[in-house]
Amino acid sequence: MGEQPGSLVRTLDALRAYRLIAGMWLRASMAYRTSFWITAVGNAVTSALDFVVIAIMFLHTTALGGWTLPQVAFLYGTSGLTLGLADLLVGSLDQLGQRVRDGSVDVVLVRPAAALAQLGADRFALRRAGRVVQSGLILGWALSRLPIDWTAGRLLVLLVLVVCGTVIFGSVFVAGAAFQFFATDAAEVQNSVTYGGATMLQYPPTIYARDLVRGVVFGVPLAFVNWLPALYVLGLPDTLGLPGWFRFASPLVALAFATAAGLLWRAALRSYRSTGS
Amino acid sequence: MAIIEVENVARSFTVRRKAGRLRRERTEVRAVEDLSFSVTAGEMVGYIGPNGAGKSTTIKMLTGILVPSAGRLRVAGVDPQRDRTRLARRIGVVFGQRTTLWWDLPLRDSYELARRIYRIEDARYRRNLDRCIELLGLGPLLDVPVRQLSLGQRMRGDIAAALLHDPEVLYLDEPTIGLDVISKNRVREFLAEINAESGTTVLLTTHDLTDIERLCSRVMVIDHGRVVYDGGLDGLHEAGRSERTLVVDLALPAPPIDVPGTRVVKVEGPRQWLAFPASASAAPLVAAVAAAHPLVDLSVREPAIEDVIARMYASPGPALATARSGPTG
Repeated sequence: MGEQPGSLVRTLDALRAYRLIAGMWLRASMAYRTSFWITAVGNAVTSALDFVVIAIMFLHTTALGGWTLPQVAFLYGTSGLTLGLADLLVGSLDQLGQRVRDGSVDVVLVRPAAALAQLGADRFALRRAGRVVQSGLILGWALSRLPIDWTAGRLLVLLVLVVCGTVIFGSVFVAGAAFQFFATDAAEVQNSVTYGGATMLQYPPTIYARDLVRGVVFGVPLAFVNWLPALYVLGLPDTLGLPGWFRFASPLVALAFATAAGLLWRAALRSYRSTGS
Repeated sequence: MAIIEVENVARSFTVRRKAGRLRRERTEVRAVEDLSFSVTAGEMVGYIGPNGAGKSTTIKMLTGILVPSAGRLRVAGVDPQRDRTRLARRIGVVFGQRTTLWWDLPLRDSYELARRIYRIEDARYRRNLDRCIELLGLGPLLDVPVRQLSLGQRMRGDIAAALLHDPEVLYLDEPTIGLDVISKNRVREFLAEINAESGTTVLLTTHDLTDIERLCSRVMVIDHGRVVYDGGLDGLHEAGRSERTLVVDLALPAPPIDVPGTRVVKVEGPRQWLAFPASASAAPLVAAVAAAHPLVDLSVREPAIEDVIARMYASPGPALATARSGPTG
């Protein structure tokens, strides 16, 4: 029997397969250039409307749950940026149920490459970058208005926020996709966590009921995407009564959540192969 | 050397069905039960059976898509269940009803992807692609987006895509479904050539028995998840208790002719159809008929293989049990 390749080799192989398949989808989408621009701009406009809502609120008040407009814009920008990046990278996983129903998962399983890499790259579309660009602009505006004392620590936490937030949202996509192997119509539940969660993170945690906040700290750990690191970057007091080190715990949470999502995916794929659909 | 080994493989599915408002009923459906066979390297085997007999389930298990509920499988020495990706490099799969090609891209791009995903060396890739282009007539199609190809062209494209990495085993699930006669012939000729030249083992499921007659020296018939026949095409007639038909034109219309060992199937004016066992000789029957009635003309019709197989499915009697005499153990 041949030797089993190490996990590093397997990871590199998977990334290579991801790149190859995503490249194919990119080229395929070039067949429809007009449609590309329409949907890219459309995406940006839809997500910009959320910010218009926030801006209108601030016409009538100067603070929302104790947060100023630039501070809320910071939440809005980081929430949209991280969700947008996760959506760009693995967003098609929320349509896995359809692939399972029409049987095209089989085609993926007869290729010599990791199934998650292939399905994550499925229907890769740059038009999803619309949300990333638009959220990035808002974040830039927020940062220019906020009187932040930019220490190395704050800068690092901001960078870590973007990476870990993307990983956490990406893990939600992976975990949700795992369920779609069985409940092929589970996409709606998943969307409520990803898109619903991202909308929730656009607003300060102080406006939500305590139990809900607890749910996104200890349940689906969305609070670690931007709320908790934002407290540190913006230098705000924690009104949630959580331990201070939670502000820096995002990498740990992201790692744990990604591992859990990965295990769930593996179990689901194994079970799909042994139960069928 | 056996390249495919299947030992006592079973596969069942749990089907959930709504029963009442909240209750759900679970039923176990056995798609394959106690399946055993082996295929020698270089063989070309037809795998046939009615819809729902377990053909696709078998192929899915042999490609590693599905894991068997019980039993043991080996393909090219690899356990499909444990080493799906390693197996993938050594097999080629063509699903007749589903393409692996990229819909919006020129055919050539799908082959480029295969080259990179399977890490095919340049020289080998060039050689295999050239051969497929020549034998399957793909030259003018390479730069056409797959969505613009006809069904027959796409199938040829799909078969080429499955062969670029020199697989040891090629599975074809309904490769000629929906194709016109010319495309069918082209695909068949190509498969025969690949099998003869490269020694690629081929396992194909089909509803078109001409595929089997043209290509396969061995045929396995599966029904209700079990192999009910495994052997040559000739043996199939015997196993299916098939009948030949003697068609006689008499000088005058007559009542049904009574000759021992035959039965009259149809009477149409002076013409009568007499069925008799395929293994019996026609000469004594002709003599017996001629002795009783003046004959104008006669002909003998061979049994259609479709009818033979249909009869097999219809009557899983003792004749089928004894027909389990494959060339391999």
